[in-house]
Amino acid sequence: MRYEPLLERMPTTRIPSFTDREGVSRGERPRYAEEAPFKIHGGCGLMGICDESGSLMSGEVPIRAMAVQRDRGNGLGGGFAGYGIYPEFPDHFCFHMMYHDLRAKEDAEALFDRYFQIDLAEPMPTRPVKGIGDAPLLWRYFLNPDPHKLEAAEMTPEDFVVHSVMLINSTVDGAFVASSGKNMGAFKGVGFPEEIGHYYLLEEYEGHTWVGHNRFPTNTPGWWGGAHPFTLLDWSIVHNGEISSYGINSRYLEQFGYKCTLGTDTEVAAYLFDLMLRRHQLPIELACKALASPLWSEIDRMPAEEQAVMRSLRAVYGPGMLNGPFAIVLGFNGGMVALNDRIKLRPLVAARQGSIVMVASEESAIREVLDAPDRVWAPKAGEPVIATVSGNGSPVHSDLHLSADEVSCAVTGMLETCDAVEVS
Amino acid sequence: MTPVTELTKPAAAEVAKPIEGYLQAVPEARVDGGVATIDARGIYYKHLNEVVRRCLADGAKKVVLESVNGQRYIGTGLKGAGTRIEVHGTAGQDMAMFMDGPTVEVFGSAQDGVGNTMNAGRVIVHGDAGDVLGYGMRGGQVFIKGDVGYRVGIHMKAYETRHPVMVCGGKARDFFGEYMAGGVLVLLGMDSRIGGPLVGGYIGTGMHGGVIYLRGEVESWQCGKEVGTFPADEKDLATLRPVLEEYCEAFGIDVDEVLSMPFTKLVPISHRPYGKLYTYV
Repeated sequence: MRYEPLLERMPTTRIPSFTDREGVSRGERPRYAEEAPFKIHGGCGLMGICDESGSLMSGEVPIRAMAVQRDRGNGLGGGFAGYGIYPEFPDHFCFHMMYHDLRAKEDAEALFDRYFQIDLAEPMPTRPVKGIGDAPLLWRYFLNPDPHKLEAAEMTPEDFVVHSVMLINSTVDGAFVASSGKNMGAFKGVGFPEEIGHYYLLEEYEGHTWVGHNRFPTNTPGWWGGAHPFTLLDWSIVHNGEISSYGINSRYLEQFGYKCTLGTDTEVAAYLFDLMLRRHQLPIELACKALASPLWSEIDRMPAEEQAVMRSLRAVYGPGMLNGPFAIVLGFNGGMVALNDRIKLRPLVAARQGSIVMVASEESAIREVLDAPDRVWAPKAGEPVIATVSGNGSPVHSDLHLSADEVSCAVTGMLETCDAVEVS
Repeated sequence: MTPVTELTKPAAAEVAKPIEGYLQAVPEARVDGGVATIDARGIYYKHLNEVVRRCLADGAKKVVLESVNGQRYIGTGLKGAGTRIEVHGTAGQDMAMFMDGPTVEVFGSAQDGVGNTMNAGRVIVHGDAGDVLGYGMRGGQVFIKGDVGYRVGIHMKAYETRHPVMVCGGKARDFFGEYMAGGVLVLLGMDSRIGGPLVGGYIGTGMHGGVIYLRGEVESWQCGKEVGTFPADEKDLATLRPVLEEYCEAFGIDVDEVLSMPFTKLVPISHRPYGKLYTYV
């Protein structure tokens, strides 16, 4: 079996109870993935900024953009992803890890030691911030797959990393991979985004692309791993809204092997992007038109050639169309894409200032960050705003050969999704 | 300029909780004659609106807000025809919601939900405005110089002496005047930063009262089936002129230039189109 080397399970015997860092018994240690089910309602806030020239911006920029949108969230989830932030290790995968306790860390590190060459392991730099409590242990690792293990596994490094993310999320109790890309990282948790940003000392990082999110969960408690962005390799996704086509989308995705078991609508958006961009190699513009298709009445009024393209796109990807209110930003090392639903049921404002492209839920976020934008506009519903960093290539992980359920499993870490991982 | 009075400071409890990401400053008002000036940079919306209300309670006739950026609810729920609020910067969500009398003038853009269920008074925005502008507006005037978003003028309504008026100087997106029940809604297409047609689709869908005037033409697919389109005649223009004169005065625009192009009038062609929706006949 081709993933056999990664399937050697680590010792993850469950212990009936454990003691926390203060020595207080906390009962049974949770599996992080089991805490994940949640549903997002209503008015989240988001932002994305990308300097197409590749020039770097301080992490204070996304913090300021989210701080003015503070009241779009309720303090139960905030997060950011930055690209180009680790120039010292541009060719290393960087794992941002969340650990419930020291044992989870030991278990995950045993796995890292076994399969990777770690060039730096350190606690995530953080500072105490009022309002942020109950943080997990946060560590990061700059690593690359062990060449021998990689060779034995007959995988690309990207595939190897995704399998490792999957293995950790599904078998190492109390450990969660927040991000796993090259020269990028996700910084997220329970709190308002500006609190989370300052907690992670985001202002000390510099990146060419940033995305940010402010969460407003209403019927389940927020948890650190459940904050946006959701990431896999260098992809990150932040989302405001609710995808009411979740049912039909998930059934459609199941035909391609993706398994949606979390009940999170963001999950289907992530898999649909993976399906169309990576597996089907669609251009971003076309993928966006499949996700937020023009109405049939609009198609009827298009020129014949465009009509033919749109009709076949809707025919082929019909069940992949996202319905309901949403605004989404997808970040990657090559830039970002922002997209609205077809009738603009969630706000999105865009701006350009020189080589900088920015999107946000509110214009105030743009005014806070850009001193003299050349243009500020509200994008038309369903028309993507695309920014590409020159020289950074496409967002498609073309050397990724994972099956769809492996991608599902890596993002969600749910045991049920992990047919490839034998867990007793 | 006189120094800050105790009364213009918010209650101690209001600023006791510092908010990460904001300046956490005590908002202060400089009071000069009947004019109070407040630097809103980094001030949390709740503290800002608290000071505005205190200034008005102290007798200020005009409140000038400088460096506003995204603070919500400015002018919301305020009463009093003589009151004037000037906003410099980008006004936040739900500005002038439930407003009943005052004038709010924004030197910049406004975001979503301006004039929601507004009862009386005037809103003047020198930049663009966002989505759901003037939702359920039942009186007063909203003048926007630039573009507006989706769902503008939804369910505007009129009753006896209350006749809401909204004039947008740029372009609008879909659902303009949807479910409109009364009042006057005007779109000029003159000051625009977005491409595409003057207005999107679903104009006046479900409309059963009031009138929409568009400077230019629309195609039939753009309109809801409940509205009829007619070229505005001289009688219509005679009604429109005083409205546009007020609008042009607010922005220093030549009214004759605005009226130099033909207007299209949209009015409901059926009364209570959904009157029998839930009735078996």
